[in-house]
Amino acid sequence: MMVPLSHVLTLGAILFSLGVVGIFLNRKNLIVLLMAIELMLLAVNINFVAFSTYHGDAAGQIFVFFILTVAAAESAIGLAILVVLFRKLQSIHVDDLDGLKG
Amino acid sequence: MEFQIPNFLPALPEIVVAVFALLGLLFVALQRKSEGSAFWMAQLALWSGAFFSLCLGRSPADLFEALRSAGSGFEVLRNLGEILVVWVGSSESTWTFSQLYQTDALGELLKAAACMAVALGLIYGRRYMRERKLDSGEYYLLVLFATLGVMVLASAGSLLTIYIGLELLSLSSYALVAINRNELRSTEAAMKYFVLGALASGLLLYGMSMIYGATQTLVLLDLIHAMDQAAGVNQTVLLFGLVFVVAGVAFKLGVAPFHMWVPDVYEGAPSSITLFLASASKIAAFVMACRLLAQGLWGLIEHWKLMLLLAGIASIMLGNLAGIAQTNFKRMLAYSGISHMGFLLLGFASSLPELTRNAYSASLFYMLTYVLTTLAAFGILLLMTREGYEAEQLDDFRGLNQRSPWWAAMMAIAMFSMAGIPFFVGFFAKFFVLQAVWQAGYTYVAVLAVLMSLIGAFFYLRVVKLMYFDAPAADAPAVNAGCRLSGGLLSANALALGLLGLFPGVLLQLCVVVVQASLAP
Repeated sequence: MMVPLSHVLTLGAILFSLGVVGIFLNRKNLIVLLMAIELMLLAVNINFVAFSTYHGDAAGQIFVFFILTVAAAESAIGLAILVVLFRKLQSIHVDDLDGLKG
Repeated sequence: MEFQIPNFLPALPEIVVAVFALLGLLFVALQRKSEGSAFWMAQLALWSGAFFSLCLGRSPADLFEALRSAGSGFEVLRNLGEILVVWVGSSESTWTFSQLYQTDALGELLKAAACMAVALGLIYGRRYMRERKLDSGEYYLLVLFATLGVMVLASAGSLLTIYIGLELLSLSSYALVAINRNELRSTEAAMKYFVLGALASGLLLYGMSMIYGATQTLVLLDLIHAMDQAAGVNQTVLLFGLVFVVAGVAFKLGVAPFHMWVPDVYEGAPSSITLFLASASKIAAFVMACRLLAQGLWGLIEHWKLMLLLAGIASIMLGNLAGIAQTNFKRMLAYSGISHMGFLLLGFASSLPELTRNAYSASLFYMLTYVLTTLAAFGILLLMTREGYEAEQLDDFRGLNQRSPWWAAMMAIAMFSMAGIPFFVGFFAKFFVLQAVWQAGYTYVAVLAVLMSLIGAFFYLRVVKLMYFDAPAADAPAVNAGCRLSGGLLSANALALGLLGLFPGVLLQLCVVVVQASLAP
């Protein structure tokens, strides 16, 4: 038995929304924010894999490899910026990022 | 399936820049003091990238032939612009690497423009970075990789290549914004830029996955064909994807309502990095919009036109109104950039089928002249800085005319051009876009845009007033022109704004020819 495409897409949509909501509602921790970003990208991967399986076209799965690689590089840079920020700010609270206003 | 060796030649500009960047990595790793050589290497890479972008696929024999047939010395000079325009536009679209990669006149022109803008930006910002001890070899390498990202984006032939190019640019930009790690403002700006940039990439990717699901292809050429045959394509899924793609593009362009990151990042980043973000990265976002919307999703123009129009109106209003309240020059330019990108989108949104996309040439003209103007404005800002003195407050411009009349005049030219005062190039950029908007029948939009630019002219002219009619602060340092090379280039750049304002025809013709050669159906 095969899971219908719409089920997989709904799962992807729920995960993606969780990621977006996580970015906007989270006021406490920058690391949670990085996790939310990762969740968004993984939801996109689910979409790609689902479409590619159901259409029998490999291009979508190859795209997923690229997204995974780039996501790894992205979180490396994000964590590096986080470390630099913590050294200066002694905090990783989102609310403390209020130096730039105008 | 038989393996065929792809044609590498169309990718020569990218290959050259990539090879230089990789050699630079090796060199920086082995050499202790590498700033000077890295700078010259980056210059070499960027100028050769620009050269190959413009010369590849066009035969030099044609150029000589056209020059010879143009007649004697004076005639040649008079027709030189036209001959060059025809020659640059003579490149044909090529697809290679299993259609992952394409070259056309539009991509090549924007690649060359990005390379030259980055090269000039590096020259203008060299003293600034050196005084703050930020001009490590890595800085030049990151800039090279970011430029490579712009170039890949400009020649992307599929959604995958667009994504890779965009991320290469974005990831390098995040690191560049954070390069001054002793400054809290910079790291904070980098964190904001990173989070919102990653969100934008996520939105864009989600949209791409929906489009892939509806059309079963990633290649732009096949996307066009897939949309022609209405049967078999799920319109709901396609439109759902389109909304996300437009949101991602709007984020990268920095237009309202996705503009939140722009002022913070402009203010927080070191000024020479801001220059990069305001020039090359805007070119990247523009070319991405061309590839995704005007090429791949051309079939959905009726739908994305309206979205871009609304985003354009919103950003022109927001940029010009919020710009008035700023006291920081970089922040002011950020809001000015938001409104300029709004104009760009207006041009983009008002193409008419029967006019063979002349609105795109207006947008392209706007993009090229905007980059030239920003280069001049930020270049003079960089010139005014000292060690420990950022010169980024509007008050720092008080009485610049008494301290340094030449640079005050150059800055005034840049401000007049941005405000759209007649006979500076910014006026014609706005004029051509508004003409296209008018022809497309959006009369009220054109009127609104003019009113908003009038309001916006206030804060550009305020800078001129501060420079010419206010007394300088007692401790304001004099402006030294820096090295002769960068001073000369900067003056030429600023004077070009006036010159192009007197003779906008050649550049406009170039834009028309290029758009017709590459985007015509």
